Amino acid sequence: MAEREQKKKTAPDRVEEVVADVPASSGTGDKLKAELDDLLDEIDEVLEDNAEEFVRNYVQKGGE
Amino acid sequence: MAIPKVCGIETEYGIQVVGGDPNPIAASSVLINAYAHDVARQQTGWDFEDEAPGNDARGFAREGSMPPQVETHLVNTVLTNGARYYVDHAHPEYSTPECRDALECVRYDRAGELILIRSMEAADLNVHDGSHLVIYKNNSDGKGNSYGAHENYLMDRAAPFTRIVAGVTPHFVTRQIFAGAGKVGAETSFHDGERVEFQLSQRAEFFEEEVGLETTLKRPIVNTRDEPHADPRRYRRLHVIVGDANLAEVATFLKVGTTSLVLAMIEDDVRGSRSLVLADPVTAMHQVALDRTFTRPLTMADGSTATALGIQWEFYSLARKYADDQGLECMGPEGVGEEVLVRWEHVLNGLETDPMSLARQLDWVAKLQLIEAYRERHGCGWDDHRLAALDLQYHDLRPSRSLFARLDTERIVDEEAVVAAVTEPPRGTRAWFRGQCLRKWPSAVVTANWDSLVFDLGADPLRRVPMMDPLKGTAEHVEELLDACASPSELLDRLTS
Repeated sequence: MAEREQKKKTAPDRVEEVVADVPASSGTGDKLKAELDDLLDEIDEVLEDNAEEFVRNYVQKGGE
Repeated sequence: MAIPKVCGIETEYGIQVVGGDPNPIAASSVLINAYAHDVARQQTGWDFEDEAPGNDARGFAREGSMPPQVETHLVNTVLTNGARYYVDHAHPEYSTPECRDALECVRYDRAGELILIRSMEAADLNVHDGSHLVIYKNNSDGKGNSYGAHENYLMDRAAPFTRIVAGVTPHFVTRQIFAGAGKVGAETSFHDGERVEFQLSQRAEFFEEEVGLETTLKRPIVNTRDEPHADPRRYRRLHVIVGDANLAEVATFLKVGTTSLVLAMIEDDVRGSRSLVLADPVTAMHQVALDRTFTRPLTMADGSTATALGIQWEFYSLARKYADDQGLECMGPEGVGEEVLVRWEHVLNGLETDPMSLARQLDWVAKLQLIEAYRERHGCGWDDHRLAALDLQYHDLRPSRSLFARLDTERIVDEEAVVAAVTEPPRGTRAWFRGQCLRKWPSAVVTANWDSLVFDLGADPLRRVPMMDPLKGTAEHVEELLDACASPSELLDRLTS
């Protein structure tokens, strides 16, 4: 949780940067980071509950 | 001149039964039968008449080599889009129909994903014990078991096989820098005692030989299966087993597009001033998978060194010049060849300057970006089980669970066109004739395979229609004829008159 709070704190900085007309790449980077953050929230919800068991149980026969 | 690079992809999907009989062969049969009976309502079987996967392109078989067995008793069906959908070993497998170019191949590969998703949904309606099937489009279980995603390319029989091997091997070793699907950790003895965080490719570490016939043991970088499914005097089908199954459309497009171009150059015997022959391609393949900088020097046969990125730049430059000198007609209509070149240059530039900028185009980058963000948020190390889970779930095809589906990756084929490709065949190859006959007269076509259709017209003996040329039987050739025929008997009469 600590990391998530930290990220939220950076949000106002991002707005200031855009106003200051920084190069497009930096703004794009921040936008991506925000999107990635939303995505991580979603992944935390859909990721299989017991990761260790989930991974252990996935056994396939060789193919081809 | 290089011949048209007709191409296709066969994908073996991972299958998991949650809460039921774990037998993967039974589960794969349930899955495919559910689709054939309940969704496609069509069940023309596969005709094994011309199967000979044991033929070796070198004209001999090595002692102790194990050609694959043909499993004629398992579920095996042909779809109206011209594809084959069947149980192969312990996996459901979907082979796209023959496609005229790399972009069409992406569309039919994506249609395959939709077919598998619809199959899962249909199968779940048929089981009542609370179990369900989950399908993964990946290539390994993380425990040393791998299953394939093979590509096929039509080649001119006149190109000597030794030239093909020499020319394509350095491409197969290095194309993983953009075509790899990415993987957390390692799972074969090649990496014993090594600490491996992440690899560019799922499959690279499973390759042990430079050239050979096997696909399940001692996998070779260049597979020698000589089974053209076409007139063997004119054609060869290069069966490529070295790749990963991609979810990112751009990655699939580049995997097939760059390989088609390299093969066209081999047919036309186009060579650069620099020899790209690697001293030890197998070891190089494993090294490239581990190198996220693409700058690790690989030893070349002449004693010099080159990097994976450098070798890809050499191939790109050669292809650019080839296109300028000879044109790209063999790469398909409507500028597909030019699009391959533009995107190839774009990803090589991106890999050189800022690999993470390619997260919308390449699977391994998309996956790595996700993993790095997850690691940062949860503060976990590379051996955390959640990273392996994330890796696996990236490939889960269920829309409710797929991590890939949640990413904003670049789409290069229209979604409506993908939906159409589930039932309609490509127009520019013989798959059109196969698919249209199945659509028009499903009960009259008793079996089909890549190079023939067998009709049952009632009283008469079964009638086989050979299709030995992948470039005939296209919409341009036979659309008018098929439209004009009211029955399969009329079609056969007209074909033989």
